[in-house]
Amino acid sequence: MRSLLKKLALSIALAGIGGAFVIAPAQAQLRVEVSGVGSFQIPIAIAGFANESLTPQQVTTIIKDDLVRSGYFRLIDTGAVITESSPVNFDEWKQKGAEALVVGSVQQLADDRYDVRYKLFDTVKSQTLSGFSVATPPMNTRQTAHKIADDIYEKLTGVKGMFSTRIAYVTKGGSEYRLEIADADGDGIKVALRSNEPIISPAWSADGTKVAYVSFEAKKPVVWVQNLMTGERRVVANYKGSNSAPAWSPDGTRLALALSRDGLTQIYTVNADGTGLRRLMNSSGIDTEPQFSADGQFIYFLSDRGGGPQIYRIGVNGGEAKRVTFNGNYNITPRISPDGNTLAYISRRDNKFQLYVLDLPTGQEQRLSDTTKDESPSFSPNGRYIMYATESGRRGSLAVVSVDGKVRQKLTVQAGDIREPTWGPFMK
Amino acid sequence: MRFTSQSKTIAMLISSVVLMTACASKVPLEEKAKVEEKPVVATTSQADPNAVKEVKTASVDPLDDPKGVLAKRSVYFDFDSYVVKEDYKSVVENHSKYLTTNKARKILIQGNTDERGGSEYNLALGQKRAEAVRKSMNLLGVSDAQMEAVSLGKEKPKATGHDEASWAENRRADIVYQ
Repeated sequence: MRSLLKKLALSIALAGIGGAFVIAPAQAQLRVEVSGVGSFQIPIAIAGFANESLTPQQVTTIIKDDLVRSGYFRLIDTGAVITESSPVNFDEWKQKGAEALVVGSVQQLADDRYDVRYKLFDTVKSQTLSGFSVATPPMNTRQTAHKIADDIYEKLTGVKGMFSTRIAYVTKGGSEYRLEIADADGDGIKVALRSNEPIISPAWSADGTKVAYVSFEAKKPVVWVQNLMTGERRVVANYKGSNSAPAWSPDGTRLALALSRDGLTQIYTVNADGTGLRRLMNSSGIDTEPQFSADGQFIYFLSDRGGGPQIYRIGVNGGEAKRVTFNGNYNITPRISPDGNTLAYISRRDNKFQLYVLDLPTGQEQRLSDTTKDESPSFSPNGRYIMYATESGRRGSLAVVSVDGKVRQKLTVQAGDIREPTWGPFMK
Repeated sequence: MRFTSQSKTIAMLISSVVLMTACASKVPLEEKAKVEEKPVVATTSQADPNAVKEVKTASVDPLDDPKGVLAKRSVYFDFDSYVVKEDYKSVVENHSKYLTTNKARKILIQGNTDERGGSEYNLALGQKRAEAVRKSMNLLGVSDAQMEAVSLGKEKPKATGHDEASWAENRRADIVYQ
């Protein structure tokens, strides 16, 4: 408890002015700092769940942290414990300023699991909006809480919640590189791969069961695919030269990647098992960082065929490449939003490497970061946020920003570097 | 026949001397097995007294000479440049000469970049540096089967500072013998 308080105090001091606040879950190795608020904020009251001290982690604490971190909710103090079966006095909650109310309970089941029940009310319309119950093994308490937060987020904002999704990233501590998987809030960290050589460019399969990445364990970059559940891993591309930049097709059957087997780095596609290699196109410059569009019809990529690195787009079966970025002379690492309308990328301007988004229908460009060494952007699966790597006090850290630039989070580890983040998909 | 029996006698004499000295010098128990093997070797190698065994004075593979020209294995590049500079042509030439006369030797050419910019684009730029060295060596007669040009991008910086001196040190291709 004392160390948690210390951590909180330190985080608040670092977050500085501007109404920044901090969420530091007791077991987290990643510290999350949030600043800014959403374009709207829904005032919500989350009552204590009856008997929620039974579970290893308190369900409502996790729900509150999730909702506050999103930037779109303002918590109304309750102090009350209300079960899903109690009668609700809607006028009382309206008077307190709450437009929504969350209640629930936890019950121990005969088989060691917990029955977590929840209900969401619209206090303005005096009606039930949602509710469910989940039989939860003790180690899944956090997951169940994230699922409830996802449901609240979706019912009240109209956009699917992403609190139960996961992220992958690489940490470096001493001479060890680790590919780690964590919940989207940075908690629940699991190590997928340890190596004494660098690991870069992790990429999630659309079903969230596999991660492709580049490992330097063979003194050169080689592309691997690893099954997260079984730990089974296989080489997908180890051709002469460098093998890198894997990206999954939305249906999970193929990967696009960059190979230098013919001298210059060029883009190829390959089946997920490493067979069926096809060269996508021929160019006179470097082509790399391919990314499939969500509909699987296009591949966005980086090319310096015109001099400096710019972002282009080509049909998934080839054809004519079309240039997409025109501002600045260094635009790299294209990532396309799930709805296909927004392109996120890193641009170098005045020697600063910063996160930008381009609204493709209008051509409107916006800078989303104030830092100067940004890398590796990736969209949350609901398209509302972008996670990216940046530097904080000479050390690698992760940042999350809402696509409108209004909400910001920073994730740092206590020691060592954190880099190459990539946001995982919705899980079934 | 006479020679053989004579040499056998010599061998036996030698072996007993070896054994005696071994006993005299209080060799630890676990080393006794080694000592007993020696006379057997002596018997077979001295079977033909007309045999002449060629001996070479200690000469190192020029690759292992820390003061030799082959000890230099790095080629440095200017900022945003992917051509081998005049200053480093000799490095490329010396290793090409060695590889064309030692066809069994194989090398990795690892390209590197400074820390600025994205991982993947830097990986491709490091590849261009490795390729520049590979092409130069190929023109000097080194077979492609002996070389592989790869990139480490900005992932394995030799200098870890964040200044021009460190960046210059990391704009480099290294020749690594396998």
